Formats: sequence, structure tokens, C-alpha cells
Amino acid sequence: MSDTPTPTTAAGGDRQDRGPRRDSRGGPGGAGAREGGRKFFRRKKVCKFCVEKIDAINYKDVRLLSGFVAERGKIVPRRLTGVCTPHQRRLSAAIKQARNIALLPFAARF
Amino acid sequence: MQPRTYEVMFIVRPDLQEEEIDKLISNLESQAANAGATVKNVERMGKRRLAYIVRKFVDGFYILLTVGADGKAIHEIERRLRVSEPVIKFISVRIDEEQKRLEKIKQIRSTRVKRSAAESAVTPEGAPAPAATA
Repeated sequence: MSDTPTPTTAAGGDRQDRGPRRDSRGGPGGAGAREGGRKFFRRKKVCKFCVEKIDAINYKDVRLLSGFVAERGKIVPRRLTGVCTPHQRRLSAAIKQARNIALLPFAARF
Repeated sequence: MQPRTYEVMFIVRPDLQEEEIDKLISNLESQAANAGATVKNVERMGKRRLAYIVRKFVDGFYILLTVGADGKAIHEIERRLRVSEPVIKFISVRIDEEQKRLEKIKQIRSTRVKRSAAESAVTPEGAPAPAATA
């Protein structure tokens, strides 16, 4: 894979957007040692739209949507972002509309 | 049939002059009126970079129309957009049902807020303990 180094550098901003969620995703052995036998510590993921009471997921709101799009333009799955099912449905519809009007890429170039 | 509300967003090629865009919009408005639609709002979102190349253009002027129309009128507007040469991309989205949904949520939320406010107003009178916690 020769193209792996370039996306990581180019998508530095993208990464920063998703910073807090990246943390909440947790990882193996985060705070495991303190909790006795537990090897894994995962913070409970919450739906951003439920918590912040964002009702409208609009295709024009590129700032909001770009947080749920991976660096190559893919929609980030629910299991990584913690978005609830009804909101993920609306979110993916909005992302697809935004792609249609060239607000978001179908596939980001590198 | 109840009139529906649509949002028509379209992208105009970037090498157009301001006056030409104005002309295009006013043209489109009169055409929409002929088709039986009412243009409620025109919003220029300005020049933006496109997420991908469209007809060899890297950027374009985004224009957003809010239109009250039925399906037939929207079809006519879309046809006009398709044949007009400076328009490179367009999308029309129905928004009235979404707005209805949002209003409903808002209403529910406001009643909930009222109820909780009423509860907090009642509790201090009844017992001093909740006031301390609050």
C-alpha cells in the first residue's frame, strides 16, 4: 500500500474534528490495570444528536456532517461513532444528499 | 392538495458575472411563477469549492431557493435547470414534512420544560429539602 502515508497527513484536520470521539472509542488496556481483573475499559459511547439535542440533520450543514465522514469520504459506522439508529439513518441520508450537490466528496482524492 | 415546500439548491459555473447570475435567478423565478410555484426565498451562499470536479469546474456559486410548489411545478423547475447551460448541478429536497416533524419535537420539548419548571416551582413550597439540593 503505497498510498497510506499521504491520506494520514492530508486528513490531519479531519482527525481533529473527530478527536473527542476517537478517545471515547477507547482501546485495549486503557485504564485496565487499576480496575483489577478488567483488561478493557471502554467509555460508554453516546449519540451526539441525542445528547446535544440536535433535531435537524441537514445536508447543508457540512461542518456537522464532515465529523461523521472518514478521511476518504466514507460514512463512519455507528459502532465507531456511537450515533443511535434513528439518527444514523437521517445522518446517512443527509450525507448522501450533500454528496449529490458536491458539498461532500463521494471519494476523497489524495 | 396542500402546497408542499421544497428547497432547490443549484450550482452555477464560477466564471459567470454577478449580473448574469442575477439575470438567471430572476429568469428562473418568473419561470417558476409560470409553472405555478411561489419562490419564497432566495439565498446566495456565495462561491464555494466543490468537493469533486463537476464539468471540469473546481468551484461554483451556490444558490438556494425555497419554493412553495407541487410536484409538477418542481418537475418543470428541474427541467429548466437541466437545460440551462450555466447551471452545473442541482438538487431539490422536500422540506415541509421535516419541518412539521421538527415543530412537533419542539412542541413536545417545550411542554416538558414547562412541566419540569412547574415541578420545581411547586417543590420549594412543599418541602425545604429539595430547595437545598437545587
